[in-house]
Amino acid sequence: MTEPFVSRAFRGRRQTVPTAGRLPPGQYETRDFPVLSAGPTPRTSVAAWDFTVGGPAVPLARWTWDEFQALPHETVTTDIHCVTKWSKLDTVWEGISIDTLLAEAAARGVESAPYVLAVCDGGYTTNLPLADVTRGKAWVAVSYNGAPLAPEHGGPARLLVPHLYFWKSAKWVRQLRLMERDKPGFWESFGYHNYGDPWREQRYSGDP
Amino acid sequence: MNGNDKYASERQSIDESAGEATRLDGNAAAGILSEVFVPDLTTARATCANCGTIRPLGALFVYAHGMGMVMRCPSCDAVVLRIARTRTRLWFDLTGARVVFMATEALAVA
Amino acid sequence: MNTAPVPASSHAAKIAWRLATVTSIVAETPHVRKLVLDVPGWPGHRPGQHVDVRLTAEDGYQAQRSYSIASASQDRLALTVERLDDGEVSPYLTDVLTVGDRVELRGPIGGYFVWDVAIGGPLFLVAGGSGIVPLMAMLRHRAAALETADVRARHNVPARLLYSSRRWDDVIYRSELARLAQDDETLEIAFTFTRETPEGWTGFQRRIDRMMLAEVAWPPGERPHIFVCGPTPMVEAAATALVELQHDPALVKTERFGPTGGSA
Repeated sequence: MTEPFVSRAFRGRRQTVPTAGRLPPGQYETRDFPVLSAGPTPRTSVAAWDFTVGGPAVPLARWTWDEFQALPHETVTTDIHCVTKWSKLDTVWEGISIDTLLAEAAARGVESAPYVLAVCDGGYTTNLPLADVTRGKAWVAVSYNGAPLAPEHGGPARLLVPHLYFWKSAKWVRQLRLMERDKPGFWESFGYHNYGDPWREQRYSGDP
Repeated sequence: MNGNDKYASERQSIDESAGEATRLDGNAAAGILSEVFVPDLTTARATCANCGTIRPLGALFVYAHGMGMVMRCPSCDAVVLRIARTRTRLWFDLTGARVVFMATEALAVA
Repeated sequence: MNTAPVPASSHAAKIAWRLATVTSIVAETPHVRKLVLDVPGWPGHRPGQHVDVRLTAEDGYQAQRSYSIASASQDRLALTVERLDDGEVSPYLTDVLTVGDRVELRGPIGGYFVWDVAIGGPLFLVAGGSGIVPLMAMLRHRAAALETADVRARHNVPARLLYSSRRWDDVIYRSELARLAQDDETLEIAFTFTRETPEGWTGFQRRIDRMMLAEVAWPPGERPHIFVCGPTPMVEAAATALVELQHDPALVKTERFGPTGGSA
């Protein structure tokens, strides 16, 4: 086998000293916030926006933007890890805990289910076990770094599930669909891992 | 060409901070396509399964996401083709293209 | 080395990664370098095609970008690279690479955004910033192909270039473009400047827009082959305007370079 070619003196954009212990295997720290886009930026106005939680059967729990903003907000400081190998540490978000949304939905008669499919403006989807969006692990974020979430970063609202690779933190989220059966989303059905734990480096389908 | 010749773009001037400011043309996918397909697919024509517009693949919008390339129809934004590279595989999803066709001289051997 | 242009789409072999050796580096403008490369077994290329360049660090980290081929098909492989301050690959190519270094590349790639004299004219080229690179390959090829041709042949493929730059110092290939236009009455070039204009400039001084294109382009009835290349927002504005001006969308080919106007 031939030695792979190494470009003389090339380092790339990586930070020289990774912050020890906080980076999952194979990740590099970045200070930017790369915008990775799989399509045009949806531009839903808050007037037209709503958020729903529900299963195949009615009822659906629904909130308008104002109703959504009236729910208790939490500030979250967390590290995020993208499967394309960049990680950003100590990012600050504000949003509504999914525990809050699910409790509200249950109070309105929505039945629980073991899996969740996040459905977004523009058609993107991602799937998660219910257990991974409960007990303080996930939010619907409406602001980043103290300012309302910009459209190119997923605004008006995006999912925030920082313990998994960031493709699960779906931008432009509009609905959490509660499902009896797991339904792989956009990337999960196309080469990427169904679960996506950065600490076990579960990037691609077939990774243990 | 099935009456789809006048696919005038409906793009307004685009916000330079938005995802559209980073999009590329189908020819940006030529490299990765060449890893699997021998003839140059960017000159092949695809029918968008969503709106029926026919275009060369080179004329599709490419969103080079990082996780993969998503090629979209400029007329309706539907995904026509997706390409992903994982550690050991190349994935191609052509379900958004109802048909793909190309001239046979493009297939000729040098 | 095979110097005859070979249509890339007729290759039977897959395009493989190769090692190229840098034989010269020339400053075209303060931010732009021409890299001339020796590539053993280079099959030739068509004007408008590009190569993918891949850099690998010691620990295996890789970065890859595409660069348009600047040289005409008959010449040595040359790339023109604009240094982007926040780029990951371009600063390496413009600042770190030296003559004798090797770089991994594959190509030529892309049969869609290509033009050669066999396709015919008129030819209308619209360039923004470093978008001039693949269009220059087309103009260089055109000049070489028509060198010994008679006047009638030249008039069969007339060419016009509309080239937008920030300022005069940023115009890539400045003297070569002047020389090409001077030697050939069937080639016309119009510049526009978006930040600063040269002393005494009476030409365009704004971003390319519909009115400018209406003035410079051939009428749609002439069915010119149109190629637009540059930063994505500029390409989209120009392509939209050209279609609004009734040019056949099938004749308007675009190569967006992304947000910053060049591969980073």
